[in-house]
Amino acid sequence: MSEEPSPVLRADGLVGGYVEGVDILNGCSLDANEGEIVVVIGPNGAGKSTLIKAMFGLITPREGRVLFRGTDITGMPPHRITRLGMSYVPQVENIFPSLTIQENLEMGASQGRAELAPRMERMFEMFPILLERRRHRADGLSGGERQMLAVARALMAEPSVLLLDEPSAGLAPRAVAEVFQTVQRVNANGVTIVMIEQNARDALAIADRGFVLESGQNRFTGPGRDLLNDPKVAELYLGGATT
Amino acid sequence: MDELLQTTINGLASGSIYALGAVGLSLVYAILKLVNFAHGDFMTLGGYAAFVVNVTWGLPLVVSVLGALVVVAALGLLTEAAIWRPMRERGAGVMQLLLLSLGFSFVLRNLILFAWGGETRTLRVDNTSSYDLGIVRISLLQVIVIVVSAVAMVAVALLLRRTYVGKSMRALSDSFALAEVSGINTRRVVTYTWILGGGLAGLAGFLATIFTVLTPQTGWVLLLGIFAAIILGGIGDPFGALVGGLTLGLVQEWSTMVFAPTYKEAVGFAILILALLFRPNGLLGHATRTG
Repeated sequence: MSEEPSPVLRADGLVGGYVEGVDILNGCSLDANEGEIVVVIGPNGAGKSTLIKAMFGLITPREGRVLFRGTDITGMPPHRITRLGMSYVPQVENIFPSLTIQENLEMGASQGRAELAPRMERMFEMFPILLERRRHRADGLSGGERQMLAVARALMAEPSVLLLDEPSAGLAPRAVAEVFQTVQRVNANGVTIVMIEQNARDALAIADRGFVLESGQNRFTGPGRDLLNDPKVAELYLGGATT
Repeated sequence: MDELLQTTINGLASGSIYALGAVGLSLVYAILKLVNFAHGDFMTLGGYAAFVVNVTWGLPLVVSVLGALVVVAALGLLTEAAIWRPMRERGAGVMQLLLLSLGFSFVLRNLILFAWGGETRTLRVDNTSSYDLGIVRISLLQVIVIVVSAVAMVAVALLLRRTYVGKSMRALSDSFALAEVSGINTRRVVTYTWILGGGLAGLAGFLATIFTVLTPQTGWVLLLGIFAAIILGGIGDPFGALVGGLTLGLVQEWSTMVFAPTYKEAVGFAILILALLFRPNGLLGHATRTG
């Protein structure tokens, strides 16, 4: 542990947004090391989703760059980034509603169709509920089940890094806990996680490191526990003093 | 009873043409959000392509079908590269694309008029043979139309349900954005969509040509019924378009048992209005769970 690990994913000084002249990111940076769970928190409009989209080629930043295992992937089209080993689960519209569960998974393996069957087998092992309902339309799933399918779909590409945009948004409390357990299980299989969360406390509790964003800039960075226990972070971003 | 069977056969034949046209149009709409008003004229061009192969060049009817398929699929790809993709990339919405396609339909129709003139054309096909099945008569042309459409429909259904390309087409129609981030090569799927949608339009145009006659208006006149079929079946659902097309053809023909045949069109649209009132998501409409 003496050596500084080199990050698998690194965003450096990103500046940009959706339309010209309106920058949402104002020089923010992020890095994730192999095997970590990295959580990004911050108030609404801080640029969390924009940051994740910029890292996945959905937005090309005006300045700064994104490196994946040393390769510059700034503005690279998403299907090529997927092939390099990074997947993304959007916050909304993250399943194909009229496709069956099995077909949803198949779409996730577009870049590796030769290995479709064993990969699907692994997903069903990990998420038995999906196996039971594999021939059903995906829009019949509950909110929590949808998130599992969305994660499973992203994992079908066998990524080494998974980007999650608020996986617990709009879920019932029990489903939220399930989603976080899922994230930890995926991580235990060696997948590096970068996750945006509104449930900041719960998310930081499972995070190796956290990034607090505000106005498109880094505000605080540190191990998840430290951020949880930092009175300033607690007061500003976790809705009150720590207990 | 005899009359019911007879009108059913007639309705299946005309409904098959609506259905083929509707499935192609529906696929393109579902995936590209393009309401292609030129789809009817795509069909007309297919008819003329078949006419050139079959009559001008004197080749067999079977070869002329291929001519229709290839020419219209190529037109689909050409317009995608020259018009639709550049417009989408500039951020054109459903309405802009719709108006553009309406304009293009006039251009195409008049180019066809310019190239082949306005007179009616027919292919070299036996349009007098018919088979007496005891209680009903079925013409050779009706047999061709029904069988060819049925084969094409089964092929399309298998493609959409069983193959990777077909499944990814349905995925794009669900969510283009998610398809992109899932690692699907969306541009390639769009290419296949135009080949399939154009090919189906060409085939529908060929069948419309042998079933009736060919003029530069042939497809344009069918387009209204095709739109009705799509709405009837549930917008954006190719399987619904199939059901909608057959339903429309059948109801129109059945209505001739009660009303004068000139009211066929009106009856078709009365059905459409009723369907919109009672099954607004289409005959195969699917209620979606949102929670």
